[in-house]
Amino acid sequence: MAKFGSALFNRLVIIIPYAWLLFFFLIPFFIVIRISLSETAVAMPPYLPVFDLASGFGGIIDNIKQFSIDNYIWLTEDALYTKAYISSLWIAGVSTFLTLLIAYPVAYGMAQAPNTIRPTLLMLVILPFWTSFLIRVYAWIAILKPEGLLNQLLLTLGVIDQPLIILNTNWAIYIGIVYSYLPFMVLPIYSSLEKMDHSLTEAAQDLGCTPIRAFWRVTFPLSLPGVVAGCMLVFIPAVGEFVIPDLLGGSETLMIGKTLWNEFNANRDWPVSAAVATILLLILVVPIMFFQHAQSKADAEGR
Amino acid sequence: MQRWSRFNIASIVIGFAFLYLPIVLLVVFSFNESKLVTVWAGFSTKWYVQLFHNQALLDAAWVTIRVGLISATVATVLGTLAALAMTRYTRFRGRMLFSGMIYAPLVMPEVITGLSMLLLFVAIGFDRGFWTLTLAHITFTMCFVAVVVQSRLLSFDRSIEEAAMDLGATPVATFLQVTLPVIAPAVFSGWVLAFTLSLDDLVISSFTSGPGATTLPMRIYSQVRLGVTPEINAVCTILIGIVAIGVLIASVVSRSREIQRVKDEQAAFAH
Repeated sequence: MAKFGSALFNRLVIIIPYAWLLFFFLIPFFIVIRISLSETAVAMPPYLPVFDLASGFGGIIDNIKQFSIDNYIWLTEDALYTKAYISSLWIAGVSTFLTLLIAYPVAYGMAQAPNTIRPTLLMLVILPFWTSFLIRVYAWIAILKPEGLLNQLLLTLGVIDQPLIILNTNWAIYIGIVYSYLPFMVLPIYSSLEKMDHSLTEAAQDLGCTPIRAFWRVTFPLSLPGVVAGCMLVFIPAVGEFVIPDLLGGSETLMIGKTLWNEFNANRDWPVSAAVATILLLILVVPIMFFQHAQSKADAEGR
Repeated sequence: MQRWSRFNIASIVIGFAFLYLPIVLLVVFSFNESKLVTVWAGFSTKWYVQLFHNQALLDAAWVTIRVGLISATVATVLGTLAALAMTRYTRFRGRMLFSGMIYAPLVMPEVITGLSMLLLFVAIGFDRGFWTLTLAHITFTMCFVAVVVQSRLLSFDRSIEEAAMDLGATPVATFLQVTLPVIAPAVFSGWVLAFTLSLDDLVISSFTSGPGATTLPMRIYSQVRLGVTPEINAVCTILIGIVAIGVLIASVVSRSREIQRVKDEQAAFAH
């Protein structure tokens, strides 16, 4: 009896969350792909039927014959989409690099801090992550506006004579992404630096390395797993970001998350937005696999 | 030790100022007398008073809280099970896919998750509204719970579980009486995390909700598009306050639990 109960318990522990994720996370992707291959129709839902299981296997074959790649052809014909993909990748890349530049010294400083204050510093990095993303992006509008707080400060200090135009430019998007995703970059770098054995850098310096050389030859390579994890955590969601370009970016800023949103909400073209999502997913599948691989490796080491 | 240099301190101070200044400014200007959020005109709480007369906003807050409570609770159960599955069973069929489905939602752009869930609900003919919103929130927050609980389970001493089993406890009893009390702080902080994530989600909610189920972030977003006002600052300040209290409680609970655990262990060894 106990054995039977144990086997059942073990099974359920796996099956319940597995089935949930299959149904609500994985299957929806196949539906997205399927709908991206169907034709736009003026109806509700605004696409032609997906699968008609009632007509059996023959029906499915017929259905597959009706697949159309028109939506994808449409995406390649309109330069807007290609531009949006490229500019999303570019903006996400630049922002990831800027985030790394700011996050690394912070993480490094935290790892060097005395043991007594480290938990507090860690808590302070995590805390903003708990406050609303939308609120944090919103907070920047009042700062970056032409008559905003940053310009007031700089004008009063006499650094500039004319207000800087930052809001509604790509710079505002960079600032927004760096700000929103900074904790995601600091945490993994900090955790890899914290585990590091300091006698290694000391040894390098004893052997005649300058501190800067010791950093680049010893410390930085050892922190690479954290750097990679942090970059993935910032880059992947940033490519598909919607809130930041929408609130901080200008009308000419093209980002694919915003394009998808407009296609869906304003144009109500579901098949085209499904096609946009499918291609975005294909672009991101390599970085996502890379991220998962790094995560599983970290888990295996933690075990 | 010379390691904690001036450069280190400077980079931490600048980094933290960058992280906190915008939030501080937002809170400060919610108490501004003037309608402008950039010019200080004296202290006032009138925007908070005004909030309580904004029925649309109050309705949205109520929807948000209900979705948050239900989804965080279900997500905690599912996420804890997922964490157990990930740490206890190192090999089972489809484990790669399983861990993929746990990690992918953490980085997946929200527009994709939102759109795909919406299309699922349409395909199965489920009317969009409160429940579709809740199901979507459960799905994306459970993965965060799984990661939080998993990190606690990895450092869990399994010998106490084995002892319970040897003494005749069933797996379910062992889990409820031995494992769960030990991982409870992680499970609790997983719940708090799930609740706050649900509280602020905008994109997935916009895709998966329907008429009559407008959440607070959706309402804030539609107002922000019309312009920045102290009233929005006031709503945001209240939300930040709730989250800050939640995090404070979570950290106090987990710290006192930790102290209790260390004490218990010492007492056990003393005997």
